[in-house]
Amino acid sequence: MSEQTPVSPPDGETTGEGEQTAETAAEADEGSTTRDSVSTGAESVVAALEQAGAETLFGVQGGAIMPVYDALYDSEELTHVTMAHEQGASHAADAYGIVSGKPGVCLATSGPGATNLVTGLADASMDSDPVIALTGQVPTNFVGNDAFQETDTVGVTQPVTKHSYFAADSDTVGTEVGEAFALAEEGRQGPTLVDLPKDVTQGETDEFPGEPETPDTYNPPNEAEPEAVDSAAAALAEAERPVILAGGGVIKAEASDELRQFATDYEIPVITTMPGIGSFPEDHELSLEWAGMHGTGYANMAITNTDCMLAIGTRFDDRLTGSVETFAPDAEVIHVDIDPAEISKNIEADYPLIGDAKQVLRQLDDAMPVAYEAMDTSPDEYAEWREQCQAWKDEYAMTYDMPEDEPLKPQYVVERFSELADDDAIVTTGVGQHQMWASQFWTFTEPRTWVSSHGLGTMGYGVPSAIGAKIAAPDQEVVCFDGDGSFLMTVQELSVAVREDLDITYVVLNNEAVGMVRQWQDGFYEGRRMASEYPWIPQFDMLAEAFGARGFRLEDPAEVDEIIEKARSYDGPAVVDAIIDPAENVYPMVPSGGDNGLFALNGDQLGDL
Amino acid sequence: MTQGMDGPHPDERMRPEGRRNSQGIRIDPEAEATHQPRKAVLSTLVNHEPGVLAEVSGLFSRRQFNIESLTVGATDDPEVARMTIVIEEPEPGVDQAKKQLEKLVPVISVEELEPEAVQRELVLVKVSGEKPDDVNAVADMYDGNVVDASPEAITVEITGSQQKIEAAVEAFDQFDVQEVVRTGAAAVERGADTLEDTRRKAETISETGETPQTATDD
Ligand SMILES: Cc1ncc(C[n+]2csc(CCOP(=O)(O)OP(=O)(O)O)c2C)c(N)n1
Repeated sequence: MSEQTPVSPPDGETTGEGEQTAETAAEADEGSTTRDSVSTGAESVVAALEQAGAETLFGVQGGAIMPVYDALYDSEELTHVTMAHEQGASHAADAYGIVSGKPGVCLATSGPGATNLVTGLADASMDSDPVIALTGQVPTNFVGNDAFQETDTVGVTQPVTKHSYFAADSDTVGTEVGEAFALAEEGRQGPTLVDLPKDVTQGETDEFPGEPETPDTYNPPNEAEPEAVDSAAAALAEAERPVILAGGGVIKAEASDELRQFATDYEIPVITTMPGIGSFPEDHELSLEWAGMHGTGYANMAITNTDCMLAIGTRFDDRLTGSVETFAPDAEVIHVDIDPAEISKNIEADYPLIGDAKQVLRQLDDAMPVAYEAMDTSPDEYAEWREQCQAWKDEYAMTYDMPEDEPLKPQYVVERFSELADDDAIVTTGVGQHQMWASQFWTFTEPRTWVSSHGLGTMGYGVPSAIGAKIAAPDQEVVCFDGDGSFLMTVQELSVAVREDLDITYVVLNNEAVGMVRQWQDGFYEGRRMASEYPWIPQFDMLAEAFGARGFRLEDPAEVDEIIEKARSYDGPAVVDAIIDPAENVYPMVPSGGDNGLFALNGDQLGDL
Repeated sequence: MTQGMDGPHPDERMRPEGRRNSQGIRIDPEAEATHQPRKAVLSTLVNHEPGVLAEVSGLFSRRQFNIESLTVGATDDPEVARMTIVIEEPEPGVDQAKKQLEKLVPVISVEELEPEAVQRELVLVKVSGEKPDDVNAVADMYDGNVVDASPEAITVEITGSQQKIEAAVEAFDQFDVQEVVRTGAAAVERGADTLEDTRRKAETISETGETPQTATDD
């Protein structure tokens, strides 16, 4: 982050110039300091962020938020990354939250700044990502008058946040920001917003914000009820064809180790949802990878035929379930979730276990041996089922045509990159076919290494999310697989990656189309390719160079390894414009609202469904 | 289309026996069972702060819950308001509505009232002023009061259960009804129980994980 906006004056500016006050000298002596008093609402906002442990903020300046930025100028603890667009700020904060587990913070001014954040907040809301947004607002006496750059930000964002606050008072604004921060990360994570009228942030106050605490109406459960755990364990012990379905909630609850332990102790096959990718190592023999519309055939076979599903931290999204009528139709469902409203929302839970996934997995682990004994069964009885799952892995193996000549196969690019990359490399994506190939052909083994837009499916998520991910984990390799359409939606954020000197490798799987749409048009609209082809696409390698990044063009399958290595070894943002076979489509596929067991492995099967 | 993978055709794959209904509930493969809508009265304590009504009503419209009525008013505690929300939904929807409401930050507690809870609604019916005596007579039948009268129009006020209000409005039909204004239901549990008791109970459970024994416990 070499050329970022200086939020605190560089040492040279004050040291030895005789202007230093006794106070700042004392602070400099002590090294890092924490402020302990405030004089304005804006300072109180900044103090609240410092107290909450925030480190990096992503934002864009503007009139109504200027007092907060001004207060940031003196912060020693907070670093600000200026983004090119507020949507970029919200996605970067979202990815920061996914990778670090702590709320990512984004800032915007009122009106257009705030509305530009909305997509990112909606995205975070659908994926339960911890994000806090601070938006400027016109002064309170103008609110409601259609003043310059006024938007009812609380009204606009309420449906896409856990809660949106309107700060009405300089004395309480800091405490509200702390509360929003705590709320974003406690219980089921999600975005929160605090709207900050300019007179409130400019107003005088000496009220130092309290500790970040969630409101007293918010009491997420921790442990599941012991009797419920015992009956769920009994159901699992009695099952013949059990599976674990691990969702994003496992990762959010830091329960991946517990999951690994539990699955291996009782030898139960593990399927993840798409947001759950990384919660269980995909190279483990019990892993069936992920299920759903473009999930593996073996995961979808297992999910369809299981008689007992331990579902943890998943909201049973329709891209996972297909038609609910045919989803795991033989299965008793044990549903572990911290949000009671997820229980029986889409799929009825026979055994609801409301609590934190980590705690509940531990509780279940304790209950299992007792349950086996009581049932007079043991994990051995699942052996036949495990063999069946293994047979499906062979029968429905994930394959694609190997490219000997052009055109280049996108799956090959992803697979090779996965082989060459560090084990803990983080992958982010845009939305479309490339996102599916990335999730299918990269082998994920660690939590918090898969960063993608699931619930909202936001094109343009790729470029800024890679920035947020890299800043959250500067020592980890970061790769972004993007589509040409998605890349163009937020390409301006490349300027940020260059300015901040972030070592990110962007791979644009370029099929000169919004490929996923084209795939559906070919499959379901008789090939009428309305508005899905991009005959006017720019050359992304050259575009990258114009931004000050390094650009590479990749067309020849024989050059895949070489160019990947060149891009990886370039110390800064690199963009690989990978010209892929435009005819390539994503399989397997469960048609929308279909039956998970009836996935198509190819176009012919799709036609028969 | 040649692309994709090889492997068994969908027709050749292992298939389970079971089935769920459109609400995701496992059912007997022979039977078709879905829950029919029922009426539920949700009594909700909320922080009395700006925006809370928009937040609650926004939740209901966004999630497509079928609202019959929603009333809101102050309670004896100036910080707390009470909303009475009548919805008509199949069982899973009622359950979902309660849980979604509980998730809102300004919501203090949510309780579904028993069907026998006291429910009252107020209606103002404005009819033609031509037959004041007849209007009076009908108003009397429903324990109503004439609250405004002029040669052109008479306005009658009636309180009662939803059924009574509906019957009354129908009875006034003969007088050329010009306007009907209904408030929607206000409701309260019978007996000594109050929502405050329920809330305190819930708070103790979430803090200690144990159900407290109080005088109002059943
Ligand atoms: C913001 C936004 N607009 C539209 C869509 C609809 N959509 C879903 S996938 C897709 C195609 C994406 O194209 P591209 O990024 O080029 O990726 P590809 O599918 O070609 O890999 C579109 C248009 C979306 N998901 N997000």
